[in-house]
Amino acid sequence: MSAYVIQRVLLMFLTLLGMSVIIFVLLRLVPGNIVDIMFDSAGFVDPSEKATIEKELGLDLPIYQQYFDWITALLVGDLGFSFVSEMPAIDEIGPRIPITAKLAALSLFFSILFGLPLGVISAVRQNTALDYVLRIISLSGLSLPSFWLALLILMACVSYMGAIPIYTETPETLWDELLLYLLPSAAVGFRASALIMRLTRSSMLEVMRQDYIRTAMSKGATENAINYKHALRNAVLPVTTIIGIEAAFLIGGLIITETVFNIPGVAHFLVEAILMRDYPIVQSLVMFIAIIVVVINFLTDLAYAILDPRIRYS
Amino acid sequence: MVSAEHKIEDSRTKVTQRSVWYKIKRLCQRYPLGAIGSFIVFIVVFAAVFADVVAPYDPTQTNAKMSLSAPSAAMLFGGDMMGRDVLSRIIHGARISLAVGIGSTVLGGLLGTIIGLMCGYFLGWFDLIIQRIIDMMQALPLLVMALVMAASLGPSLENTIIAISIPLVPQVARVIRSNVLSLREMPFVEAARSVGMSNGRIAFRHILPNTLAPLIVLGTAQLGSAILTEASLSFLGLGVPEPYPSWGRMLSESAAEYVRVAPWLVIFPGIAISAAVFGANLMGDAVRDYLDPRNQG
Repeated sequence: MSAYVIQRVLLMFLTLLGMSVIIFVLLRLVPGNIVDIMFDSAGFVDPSEKATIEKELGLDLPIYQQYFDWITALLVGDLGFSFVSEMPAIDEIGPRIPITAKLAALSLFFSILFGLPLGVISAVRQNTALDYVLRIISLSGLSLPSFWLALLILMACVSYMGAIPIYTETPETLWDELLLYLLPSAAVGFRASALIMRLTRSSMLEVMRQDYIRTAMSKGATENAINYKHALRNAVLPVTTIIGIEAAFLIGGLIITETVFNIPGVAHFLVEAILMRDYPIVQSLVMFIAIIVVVINFLTDLAYAILDPRIRYS
Repeated sequence: MVSAEHKIEDSRTKVTQRSVWYKIKRLCQRYPLGAIGSFIVFIVVFAAVFADVVAPYDPTQTNAKMSLSAPSAAMLFGGDMMGRDVLSRIIHGARISLAVGIGSTVLGGLLGTIIGLMCGYFLGWFDLIIQRIIDMMQALPLLVMALVMAASLGPSLENTIIAISIPLVPQVARVIRSNVLSLREMPFVEAARSVGMSNGRIAFRHILPNTLAPLIVLGTAQLGSAILTEASLSFLGLGVPEPYPSWGRMLSESAAEYVRVAPWLVIFPGIAISAAVFGANLMGDAVRDYLDPRNQG
C-alpha cells in the first residue's frame, strides 16, 4: 500500500508538471502577447512604451525562459503579481479560497443527499412511472444551464422576499451565513445531483443483474436487504469515482453561479481575471484548479481501497 | 407480361415505403423519450434553417418604441432593451447554437478520431506520450478549459467552436484507441495485412468503420453539452460576439439589470437553451441505448 501511495504521489507531480506546460502553452497559442492585446484594446501603440511593458513583464525573454521563471517561482509559492491590482497574486487568491470551498462543500453535500437515494429508488422501481419522472428530472438537471437556474432563483427571491440576497463579508450568525450559501449551492448542486443520480441508477441496474443477487433472492432475503445490503454496497463503488470527479469539476458550475450571485470566490475571480486579461492570475488559478483535481482523483483512488476490501493496491 | 412486371415493382416499392414508416413508428414506441428528444432537436434545426422565413422580425432591428415592451400580440416574447424582438432573436440564435454544437462536435470528433487511430495503431512511444497528454487534458474541467481557450483565442464564432471542440478531443481519442486495440487483433485485420494492404488503408477502410457506433454515441452526447458550454461562454462574455444573437449572451445582457422589470428577457432565452439541450440529451440517450444495448439504463 505505502509503495503504491509513493508511486502515485510521484506520478502526481509528473502529471502536474506536464499540466503546467499545457496550461502555459494554451495561454500562448495565439501569436502576439498580452501587451499586444492590451494595446489593441487601448487603440494606439507607442512602440517604446510597449517595449518597456514587455520588459517589465518579462515577455521579451524566450518562451522556455518565461516558463522556467514561472515554474520555479511557483514551486517556492510565488505566484507573481496581478497585472490589474498590482498586488501579489497570492494575496488576491488566498482570501477567496474559503468562500469557494464552503460553496463547493455545501453543493457536494446537496448532490449526494439527493442524488444517491433518488438513483437507488429509480433503479429499484425501473420502468415504472416514478422511474420515468425521476429520469426526466435528472436529465433536466443536466440540461438546465446553471446560470439560468441561478437567475431563476434570483427572480424568485425578488418576487417572494422583494430583495436579492447580497453577499456580505461578515454575516452576523451562523444561520445567516448558511442562508447566504444555500441558494447558490442549490443551483450548483442540482446538476451534480442529477449526474450522481443517473450513475447510481445505471450502476444499481448493472449490479442487480448479477448472479449473487439472484442467489440472495432464492434464499429468501427481503427486498430491502437485497437492495441496500447486497446491491447498493457494490453499486456505490463506481459512484464514488463520479463523486470524486464531480467534486473537482464543481468548479465549472461555481464559475457561473459565483458570477450570477456576485460572490467574491475563486471561480468568480478566474472569470474576472480572464476578462481583464490578467494572465499571471489566470495561469496560477488554472494551475491551482489542476492541483485540486489531481489531488482529489488521488484521494478517490484511496477511498476505493477503503470502501472495497477486495481492492488491495500492492 | 409488361404490366405484370410493373405490378411486381409497384408492390415492392410499397412494401419498402411502409417499412420505413413502420420502422420509425417502432423506434418511437421503443424509445418514447428519444422520440420526444429527436422532435425537439428537429424543431431547433428547422428554426435554424428557416430562421429568415420563420422569424417575424429582423433580429438586429432596433425599435425605441418597443424597448422593454412586455409580451404582446405584436411581440410574442416581448422586446429587449433596444426594442429588438426576443422571439426573432431566439429563432436566429438557434443558428449559432447549432453551428457551435455541430461544428465543435465534428471538429473535436475528427481530431480525436485521428489521434485515437494513430495511438491504437502505432502504439509505442507515440502512444505513451499522447496518452499522458490526454490524461492531463482530462484533468481540467471542461468549462475551465473552454474559458482558457476562448480567452487565448479571442472572441469569434470560429474560435468559440475551436475552444469547445478541444475538450472533446481526449474523450474521443481514448474511446477510439481502446476500440482499435481490440480490433487490431481481429482476423479480418490480419487478413487485410496478409494481402499486403498499407497501414493507412487498414486503419481507415477496415478499423474506422467498426468504431463508428461509439463515435456516434459520443457525438450525440456532445451536442447538448456543446450547446450548453457555448451558452455559458457567451453568458460570461467570452463566446460568440455581436451582432450574432446568441442565447447565452441574451441572458447576460438582461441578467442583473432587467430581472425586476422585464422577466421575459430571462425566461424565454433560458427555456430555449434548456429545451435544446434537453432534446439533444434525450436523443443522445436513445441513440446510446440503440447502438450499445449492453449499456442499458
